[in-house]
Amino acid sequence: MANLIAPAARSQTVIRIGALSVCITADDPDFLKMLNSRYTGFVSCSISGDFHFDVELAPPGFGDPGDDVRLTNRSGSWTLQRGDFRADWNPVSRTGTIQLSPNPYSIDALLRILHTLTLAAQGGFLLHAASAIRNGKAFLFTGASGAGKTTIASLAPGDATLLSDEISYIRERNDGYFACGTPFAGELRKLGENVSAPLAAVYVLAKGPENRVDSLSATEAARALLSNLLFFAEDRELVDAVFHAACEFVTRVPVFRLTFFPDLRVWELIR
Amino acid sequence: MSQSLYPYRSTQIASRKLGGEMMIMSASDSTLFTLNETATILWEAADGSASLEEIVAAKIFPQFDVEYEKALDDTETLAQQLASHGILFLASEPKGPGRACSGERVNQ
Repeated sequence: MANLIAPAARSQTVIRIGALSVCITADDPDFLKMLNSRYTGFVSCSISGDFHFDVELAPPGFGDPGDDVRLTNRSGSWTLQRGDFRADWNPVSRTGTIQLSPNPYSIDALLRILHTLTLAAQGGFLLHAASAIRNGKAFLFTGASGAGKTTIASLAPGDATLLSDEISYIRERNDGYFACGTPFAGELRKLGENVSAPLAAVYVLAKGPENRVDSLSATEAARALLSNLLFFAEDRELVDAVFHAACEFVTRVPVFRLTFFPDLRVWELIR
Repeated sequence: MSQSLYPYRSTQIASRKLGGEMMIMSASDSTLFTLNETATILWEAADGSASLEEIVAAKIFPQFDVEYEKALDDTETLAQQLASHGILFLASEPKGPGRACSGERVNQ
């Protein structure tokens, strides 16, 4: 007798951040609905992505999101693992499988790792930084937790377009570096706009009694940048790629220390 | 220094010279190091083929207003410091090009 129970139709959604689109296929329509809602503005109408992942949802409480991320690379294929997810990904075939808890934090973390690995090969990176576009130019504000990323983003003038208040996306193109909006929000709980602009400067944040901008030496700039990069692996090639991407970046993009007192006047210094 | 030591760089690092200073990142734990001018000279010369005495005589002593013995002592101390972080190794004999390996450590 023929099997009268057809397999559930698998549906998909495509999430495009920067120049990379990730197609996620899953059985559970509620999960995909959650993704479409979570990544509003970053969901592509395309039916295919640069990378394709099949998602198998794990039961709630599958693992601890507080666990450290572990990345391993075997013969060019990556395994990305944390308590709440495991992904196996082949960058050559551009396909992979994901097992994860159906919550936005798990898929957020996975996307950040995926973009980090992909950008590293292209001279770009994700940075713990707020970023915004003003007058056609993008500005980044980097620093550790508590340095003022959310504060500087919340003080942005009305004509500024917020790209992120937490995780900024830097791409290298033939004509220079560009900052792109991301859906990775911090305390503002507000997604960035899905737009990009040429990067004009990076400011390393420090709180102080007055607003001032100081130049940084190349090594100071590289050290500040490397301290705030999203960076997950002990993999030799990845370390090399990320390190050289950061060093190359500071030779081509001005990096300053921005000491600021949290009021609107600080943005008068950003140009 | 009773025995000549031949410094050579770890292969498990990434390095780049920026503004005259050498930046190094360890691949094992992502620790960052910034070398000053003297340490950068030692680092660049540390290919395993030259001893510390030869490096000091050829590269360091001529550039600084210091006695040779003092320069050699300081350079050996510096080399031992870099070796203690696992980014430089000290061999008891010269190593040919390309023979440096990540785990060999004769003297630290």
